[in-house]
Amino acid sequence: MPEPLVATEIACRRGGRLLFEALSFRLEPGGALCLEGPNGSGKSSLLRLLAGLLEPAGGTIAGGGVRTYLGHDVALKPGLTLAADLGFWAGLDRGRARLPAAMAAMNVAALADIPCRHLSSGQRRRAGLARVLAAGADCWLLDEPTQGLDTASMALLATAMAAHRAAGGMIVTAVHGDIGLADPQHLRLG
Amino acid sequence: MFWQLVRRDLALIARSPALWLPVIFFVLVAAIFPFAVGPDARLLARIAPGILWVAALLAALLPIDVLVAPDAADGTLDQLASRGLAMELVAAARILAHWLGFTVPLLLALPVAGVLVGIDAAAGWRLALALLLGTPALAALGVVAAALTATLRGGGALAGLIVLPLALPVLIFGVGADAPGALRLLAAASLVLVALAPFAAGAALRQE
Repeated sequence: MPEPLVATEIACRRGGRLLFEALSFRLEPGGALCLEGPNGSGKSSLLRLLAGLLEPAGGTIAGGGVRTYLGHDVALKPGLTLAADLGFWAGLDRGRARLPAAMAAMNVAALADIPCRHLSSGQRRRAGLARVLAAGADCWLLDEPTQGLDTASMALLATAMAAHRAAGGMIVTAVHGDIGLADPQHLRLG
Repeated sequence: MFWQLVRRDLALIARSPALWLPVIFFVLVAAIFPFAVGPDARLLARIAPGILWVAALLAALLPIDVLVAPDAADGTLDQLASRGLAMELVAAARILAHWLGFTVPLLLALPVAGVLVGIDAAAGWRLALALLLGTPALAALGVVAAALTATLRGGGALAGLIVLPLALPVLIFGVGADAPGALRLLAAASLVLVALAPFAAGAALRQE
């Protein structure tokens, strides 16, 4: 079991503006945390803090095991096939063995040989989520993961998230509305 | 880790215009010089190393646009950084991949460009050696400039202004390769730039 993800009194400053301060939460293994708030309230910035892409202006972030991040930009290269692109990241994550199952779980296995430039935005989003699954991380950091997904794909994501939590994984996600997480904690920003 | 990055960068370069565009540009510049300076073969042969060095330097500017900016725009840098990879390592891999993708085609095209400006075989070999020693510096400068301008609109033009003055030592020692010690100074300039560039580019990539 990974350590719980604990944020203590963290503050975030972006472009000279204080987005939030004295923010604390604790997420146990198997838990999910939904970040809510209006546009610009710092949901994405909090996820970037947790992913280590930003330094907090104050406070500490600890635990959470290995974290993996999926932002708005899915980071797929137009010229590579989906299998080659996801294969590179799975190689970095030592997760090549997990990749086929992850691609099947997000229903992108059939797209493996297609260059990423030909994928639709929903397919790209699903590919990004497959990369998250294949990473084998303890804590998923998802920035509006349902953006561009159709109903069937949202169900796939909900299933994958439930399986991840059942195995003791954690999820922190910025959402607008319900994305199919059972019994999540809520954190309101802004 | 490093070699995985290099292999991927090479695969991306191989699929992009960055592979063939600079080389075609290099040969074209060599081809138009005889028209510009006239048909005096002796004059042309004398200034040929200079022509080819300037052509190589300008060709090195062409791929700067696509070296780092796409990775900053599509979230690739975020994905790399969130895996705890040092941006210095990412930059070093990019320099090596860019150098291979730029220099190998350039050296292959050198005989063609050399014939166009009437360079003789001895001078051609010297030039090839000088390019081999000098291009790592150009690749390093290119990646630093690309990293600095990655998030700017029209950054490619600005990157040219950054690279050209800093490439002067390479140009001077490269063109004067037949002077005693010039090749060593060229190699030294390359070593310094290649050693410093990953840290400069890494710092630029880490800025948010």
